[in-house]
Amino acid sequence: MEAKRLIIVAVGGQGNLLASRVLGEAALLSGVPVRMSEIHGMAQRGGVVESAMVFGDACSPIISDGEADILLGFEPAETLRALQKCNADSLAITNLSPLTPFTVTIGRGTYPGLGQIQKLLRAKVRKLVAFDATTLAKQAGSVMAVNMVLLGALLHENALPLTTENVKTAIRTRTRKAFLETNLKAFDLGFEAAAGASKG
Amino acid sequence: MHKLLTDQAGLEMLLLGNEAIARGALEAGVAFASTYPGTPSSEISANFFQIARETDLYFEYSTNEKVAMEVAAAAANAGVRSMCIMKHVGLNVAADPLMTLAYVGVKAGMVIVTADDPFMFSSQNEQDNRYYGRLAGLPMLEPSSVAEAKEMTAYAFELSEELQQPVLFRTTTRINHSTAVVTTGPLKARRPKGGFVKDPLNYVPVPVVARKLHARLLERLEAAEKLAAQSPFNFTSGGGDWGIVCNGVSHSYVCDALQDLGVRDRVRVLRIGFSHPLPAGLVTGFLKACSRVLVVEEGEPFMEETFKAYAQEAGLMLPIRGKGPGLFSRLYEFDPAMVKKVVAAYFEVPYSPPAIPDLSDLPEIPQRPPTLCAGCSHRATFYAVKKATEGLDTIHPTDIGCYTLGFLPPLLMGDFLICMGSSVGTAGGFAQVTDQKVLAFIGDSTFFHSGIAGLVNAVFNNHNFTLVILDNGTTAMTGHQPHPGVDMHELGIEGHGRVSIEAVVKALGVQYVTTIRPYNTKKSIAAIREALEFEGVSVVISQELCTLYAKSLNKARGRAFYVSEACKNHRDCIDDLACFAFYLQDGRVKIDPDLCAGCSVCAQICPENAIRPIKAQG
Repeated sequence: MEAKRLIIVAVGGQGNLLASRVLGEAALLSGVPVRMSEIHGMAQRGGVVESAMVFGDACSPIISDGEADILLGFEPAETLRALQKCNADSLAITNLSPLTPFTVTIGRGTYPGLGQIQKLLRAKVRKLVAFDATTLAKQAGSVMAVNMVLLGALLHENALPLTTENVKTAIRTRTRKAFLETNLKAFDLGFEAAAGASKG
Repeated sequence: MHKLLTDQAGLEMLLLGNEAIARGALEAGVAFASTYPGTPSSEISANFFQIARETDLYFEYSTNEKVAMEVAAAAANAGVRSMCIMKHVGLNVAADPLMTLAYVGVKAGMVIVTADDPFMFSSQNEQDNRYYGRLAGLPMLEPSSVAEAKEMTAYAFELSEELQQPVLFRTTTRINHSTAVVTTGPLKARRPKGGFVKDPLNYVPVPVVARKLHARLLERLEAAEKLAAQSPFNFTSGGGDWGIVCNGVSHSYVCDALQDLGVRDRVRVLRIGFSHPLPAGLVTGFLKACSRVLVVEEGEPFMEETFKAYAQEAGLMLPIRGKGPGLFSRLYEFDPAMVKKVVAAYFEVPYSPPAIPDLSDLPEIPQRPPTLCAGCSHRATFYAVKKATEGLDTIHPTDIGCYTLGFLPPLLMGDFLICMGSSVGTAGGFAQVTDQKVLAFIGDSTFFHSGIAGLVNAVFNNHNFTLVILDNGTTAMTGHQPHPGVDMHELGIEGHGRVSIEAVVKALGVQYVTTIRPYNTKKSIAAIREALEFEGVSVVISQELCTLYAKSLNKARGRAFYVSEACKNHRDCIDDLACFAFYLQDGRVKIDPDLCAGCSVCAQICPENAIRPIKAQG
């Protein structure tokens, strides 16, 4: 099975690790070989959290620059920062709701404009799917569900050897019962949003 | 039931490398485990901590790695299979017992996990702990994948018992923090009780005994080399006369490289998993089949130097390379593309690296460094120290924990750091040779780990400094592990004692001890000023629960603050505190109510009293 490489980038607390865990469980259900690697040492202290997932026949658990087939960004500036993992054939999916780094608040940096971020991303990769996942997560019932919204969008793009049904099953077994309804709704909203974003 | 206790073989589970190691130990019937928390090893212990509550497995968070190794060594010599878990620098702390435990040996299997951290994702150095295997003369195993980590852990216990030696189990972050599918094996029954058979002429290494034990160690090392020569964990794959030697996670990068470069049938790969002692016969046999060899190992040229030495002894002249210009670096982590590039260059195979998009037109993206959490009590303490030392020429030795981040602007509270516990010792040195005021920081867990010894030294040698003990009620940095000062009842766990930091400090003979509540800014500043005026060793214990820990205990303050109309935009709050909950909107300071922990420190320092609590709803 041809290897598919997915990079997920987020800011600590956005639920990136749970999202990759759900995809990993879905791969296990689908009989797809999978290896994942995480950087989460400072996850709860506002730093960047990155997960790498390699599906199919390859051995390495991490992804070098230029080798990602898909980049899934939970925060627009972080998506842009991770662009070096992509190549001209990559698919990028990004949330458009920014989380301002504290360096910007204290005047040690400028947050790039959202329009500019999208323009740059679109110019560098094969396809960009960009929308405000945070608003959809709130609509589903919790800002914490932004990870599920983005999983929905990822599955809509059909770029991984996983079925929506298996991912939903993994969400059912891997997320807390109290949030299950919210999470599934968030997943569906993300799926629809990607459909809209792809058309437009 | 804890998922790692699933008593069923042949089950496919998605496990983190550290979970796989814990499962492997359970499959080997581990009955005793000890640790001091340290990334990237922490999750092994976190799992044991939970499992110990459900079974007769004994698990403890020890005060430091040295103690952890000592308790585990005793258990293993009383016939109980034990595991001792630490990060790479932790083994430095435990190096003293390690060197002599190698002489004394064990009766039941004992596995020492050392989790190395190439690239220093969360460490102060990237030392290569394979040298500890050589230094101590102990057998060492290194897994290349998550699945193998489980298999190898279980085998490590067998190996330890066969050789009657502790086994070093060396991982790197990429194994500890990778996740993959693991197939379970059967769980072995635990034997949590043993018996110690006295044998002082083998257990008490006074010189005459130790001389005999050192000779025995060398015999066991020879036996280990024989086992390593036949070990299925040292295997060859592929053919051809180009050779690659690799270990650990590098093996997966090599596999992908050979596949992508289309040279599988030209390259003979020797994967070393049983890596100390490296058997001479196996190595020379491999070298004889090759015309040139590349050693692919992260960190130091550990295998490369051994291979070169064995080649010299066998009179072989083939080129053996690893580290060097155009080849691999001794710095940082490897990655698949880097390995591919070096393999292609060394064997002169064509390779075009993946085309990275031209990123020259990207704007500068603001950095997002880790920072103290919103409402972190350390920020409040650092602010108080900053105010209390205003106008003074001060040095602030600091230590290892969340509070290390206090060295960043605007707090700038952290001037010198070597290792855990070093703030107290170095404070004494600075105080002795400078005329500057010295105020050092140490955390509560770190105080118990190795700060106490430094403080004893300071009292005895009459040093002159102030030590601030940042007591946030937990080991926050690594994920809220308990330490001897933690109230275990809060966690619903019985059967533990509790050591009062204040009582310890007083008992050590510190003449000036005071406790502050750092969220009370004015009182804290006054108390620190007073402590600084004391001639001799003074200690300030700054007590406030870690905000994240408080949240998990349902003890969070809850009431968030907001910036009212009274704000005149001085921005003292942002400039002096830099709390993560502040943000700017149209040039005005705002507080994110979802992040604000309600500590009220900003409200206390606002010159206009413009920061106020959000009134309760209803």
